[in-house]
Amino acid sequence: MSRRNDFRRGAVSGIPIFLGYISVSFGFGILAVKSGLSVLQSTIVSITNLTSAGQVAGVEIIAAGGTIIEMILAQLTINIRYSLMALSLSQKLDSSFTRPHRFLASYGITDEIFGICAAQKEPLRPFFMYGMIFISTVGWVLGTFLGAAAGNILPSRITAALGILLYGMFLAIIIPPAKRERSILLVVIVSALLSISFKYLLPIISGGFSVIICAVAASVLAALLFPKKEEEQA
Amino acid sequence: MKTYIYIAVMAAVTYLIRVIPFGFFNKKIRSVFLRSFLYYIPYAVLSAMTLPAIFYSTGNVLASVIGTVIAVALAYFEMPLIVVALCASVAAFLAGFI
Repeated sequence: MSRRNDFRRGAVSGIPIFLGYISVSFGFGILAVKSGLSVLQSTIVSITNLTSAGQVAGVEIIAAGGTIIEMILAQLTINIRYSLMALSLSQKLDSSFTRPHRFLASYGITDEIFGICAAQKEPLRPFFMYGMIFISTVGWVLGTFLGAAAGNILPSRITAALGILLYGMFLAIIIPPAKRERSILLVVIVSALLSISFKYLLPIISGGFSVIICAVAASVLAALLFPKKEEEQA
Repeated sequence: MKTYIYIAVMAAVTYLIRVIPFGFFNKKIRSVFLRSFLYYIPYAVLSAMTLPAIFYSTGNVLASVIGTVIAVALAYFEMPLIVVALCASVAAFLAGFI
């Protein structure tokens, strides 16, 4: 399949991400301006980072006059989950994914892009990822700009309801395979139960850390109970 | 100016976290345990990120729970991602008036 087709297919697969990002980043734009950043600075944060929780934490540190060390530690903690996702995706790359392509596509490994890429049946090709990253980034940056420049125009009931979009998409990614494979159902349930326990019983642990601990524990358990032979894997 | 330095540091750390495993790790992992672990990780990550955060995602717990139920039902019937996401949002919006 040609690069153009791959790019288009990636962009179409990324439409739900675009819609989710434009609404979530709208909220980020409002927050960033409230924290004292200019519209330009808020937009640059979104172009250069392409991450939700990390950006919110970063903007809060800037607003509070925190140190550079604090900034580095916060980003590491919140975003280290991308390393696991990147490692997981590195195992399903097509041979056309040469190192320069890997350097470029690394920019766009987000929770949502990872989710859709991981759910692909065939090996990942660079232009498929570029298409998805492109449309997602447009949504993320445009939403940030609009939120920063004109945050208070949309009725708050609408912006509030848009908050569930991306989570709805996550459910749509994990539920169908959990129906088919008992091992995946186990992973989903254990990880969710751990995450809920952390939230209410150990609230000191930050959201980013909690996700890592829950995901690693649930996956180790499933890998021990239901090891997958190579031919069974997509 | 100081703000731009912070933004640059933020961006650099975030990029390094992504590029170190993705850009430089190109061996196929042979260990069945590790391969299985990486196979399960996506589902575990998405599940832990969604629950319980989805219940607080609209600022109204009841509306969010109703949106979640709709999303789970539509996902169970394997509707496309965008349909599930938008219907959850519309359901939460309407439930917000209850």
